Amino acid sequence: MLPPLAVVLFATAISLIFFWVPEDAEDPAQRIFYFHVPIALTSYACFGWGAWKALRVLWKRDHRADVESYVAIHQGTIFGALTLVTGSLWARATWGHWWLWSSRQLVLFLVLFLFYCAYFMLRFSVEPGPRRANLSAVYALFGVVLTPVSFLAIRLAEDFIHPTVFTRDGPQMTGSMFAAFCVSLAAMLTLFATFYSIELAGKRIDAQIRELREALS
Amino acid sequence: MSEKYVAAAYLVVFVAVLAYVVIIGTKLARLEAALAELVERVRARG
Repeated sequence: MLPPLAVVLFATAISLIFFWVPEDAEDPAQRIFYFHVPIALTSYACFGWGAWKALRVLWKRDHRADVESYVAIHQGTIFGALTLVTGSLWARATWGHWWLWSSRQLVLFLVLFLFYCAYFMLRFSVEPGPRRANLSAVYALFGVVLTPVSFLAIRLAEDFIHPTVFTRDGPQMTGSMFAAFCVSLAAMLTLFATFYSIELAGKRIDAQIRELREALS
Repeated sequence: MSEKYVAAAYLVVFVAVLAYVVIIGTKLARLEAALAELVERVRARG
């Protein structure tokens, strides 16, 4: 059900972005927004989901949640890398720079991304078992604290280079732009759900095969 | 000029999704082979 839904949503999003939404006269590269922001929000959702599963590992001692937390963070890191790449391309087209170290929100997102990259180093430096599950869970919970900081930095930063589209007065865009954005966000979240369920199923089958192999040897 | 950056941004996402699907497909093929090997071993045991 999820993969066809993701395909339909992506096809709809692409059609709306390129054939329906009017081009921004001030910034022709603004079309990147329709993928860049949903990808960034999806990466936050992945990290949030990973932290929720990590909380279940520590709170309920649910060790099935350990692999769920890992897969969500893995997906979040992929979406995070795509946020950095698409953002960098947009920055180059609009600001004339691939990256601006003076922009706090960019640096904070990079810190968040690198923090989660280090999650994998920590996880794979510990032998599989409850200790690894607990350490990974604690790390994932620390990481999720950075997510609202990164999100709010776009609003609190003093440099005002990074555009702020969602303010207290609502989305600062036309109805067609907002519709395309919503479809694109739905497409990204569905893509995450699809990849999450496929990767998780693969991990679980892999674990069962290993158990079976040990039982047979 | 900015069109090439827009195209590059969408292409990067498309390539990443494609690469992910290929990697997952390869992993699933490996799991299928491992499962087939285990089935053979169980059958050989009688």
